[in-house]
Amino acid sequence: MGIFDIFKRRKFSNVIQKIFGKKHAKIGIYGPPNVGKTTLANRILRDWTGDIMGSVSEIPHETRRAKWKTNIKIDNGGSSLVMDLVDTPGITTKIDFKEFMNTYGLTKEDSRARAKEATEGVIESIRWLEDIDGVVLVMDATQDPFTQVNVTIIGNLEARDLPILIAANKIDAEDASPATLKSAFPQHPVVPISALTGYNTEKLYNKMVKNFGKKGRRRKRR
Amino acid sequence: MIKKETGISFNLVSRYKLNGFSSKEKLEYILKEVKDGRILVLEQGLTATEQTTLIEHTMKEIDHDTFIGIEMGGYGEEKTSFVQRVFGIIRKPRMTVIGPAHLLKMVHKSNDMIETTIIPGRGTK
Ligand SMILES: Nc1nc2c(ncn2[C@@H]2O[C@H](COP(=O)(O)OP(=O)(O)O)[C@@H](O)[C@H]2O)c(=O)[nH]1
Ligand SMILES: [Mg+2]
Repeated sequence: MGIFDIFKRRKFSNVIQKIFGKKHAKIGIYGPPNVGKTTLANRILRDWTGDIMGSVSEIPHETRRAKWKTNIKIDNGGSSLVMDLVDTPGITTKIDFKEFMNTYGLTKEDSRARAKEATEGVIESIRWLEDIDGVVLVMDATQDPFTQVNVTIIGNLEARDLPILIAANKIDAEDASPATLKSAFPQHPVVPISALTGYNTEKLYNKMVKNFGKKGRRRKRR
Repeated sequence: MIKKETGISFNLVSRYKLNGFSSKEKLEYILKEVKDGRILVLEQGLTATEQTTLIEHTMKEIDHDTFIGIEMGGYGEEKTSFVQRVFGIIRKPRMTVIGPAHLLKMVHKSNDMIETTIIPGRGTK
């Protein structure tokens, strides 16, 4: 990272600061592409604000810019959490435009454009990571959870002592195995959900209030 | 590159070599090697924060025709005891394999085994 990058980072932080102010917990929805982050963000907003966050697609990298909504209140009878919620582009170590062509039938031009935007999306997600107070890490319970991207994200957040809540998504699917996911990351709370059907999201909201509320956030930063 | 390679280079990098670099130099070295088509096994890998930065730099380097990104797999950082932390010993990254995504594919990763395959027929690209 050069001086210039550091400078850009500072500026980026300032922009985020301006958007949100300092008031609420900034909670990021993170994870690899296509695990259901936007579906979950939409559900949270629909349940608590009546709004939606963004479009969902079976083609990976549908979300290529971070999107956010401020001032969302989750009520948990008794205790509550007011947060600013960020839906982020999926984080990955590789993007092959040919996959969009061959697997999803996009044109070459569209595939290349989608891939280019997707690389920028990953960078944006990583930058947001620096200004977040807690993360809902979404994983696809039908897939091998122990991937490098998941391990990297978790390690990064642990290094900064930020609270992580793992949402084991898509448990409505036949081949889902939330137990595998639980054993892969025993050091963090795992909540099996279906963002699609809404199954068990109550439990997730409970855990969010508990983990991201003032008491749950034990930040020791700068 | 001018040199025409007939196989895929697979290099084991000692921790002494990497420890001689700053964090920035280390990432530059790794990304350059991987972009040149080499697979690296690092005796001592990267911290999670370095991995995140490596992903960010990788995204800037993807050009869709010759470099589609990296494949990376390493064991979780060694846990340190409370006493070690008091003495400022931070968690140590462990063995890690990193290669270009068009050559190296992660098959499965667990706490005891990282399984990869090298994609054949692409070494002389
Ligand atoms: N079966 C099932 N599919 C889901 C669920 N959540 C999301 N999906 C599907 O997974 C795909 C990716 O969803 P999206 O929200 O765009 O993922 P994102 O890339 O992580 O934001 C879409 O086809 C969704 O309909 C779920 O809980 N169950
Ligand atoms: Mg999305």
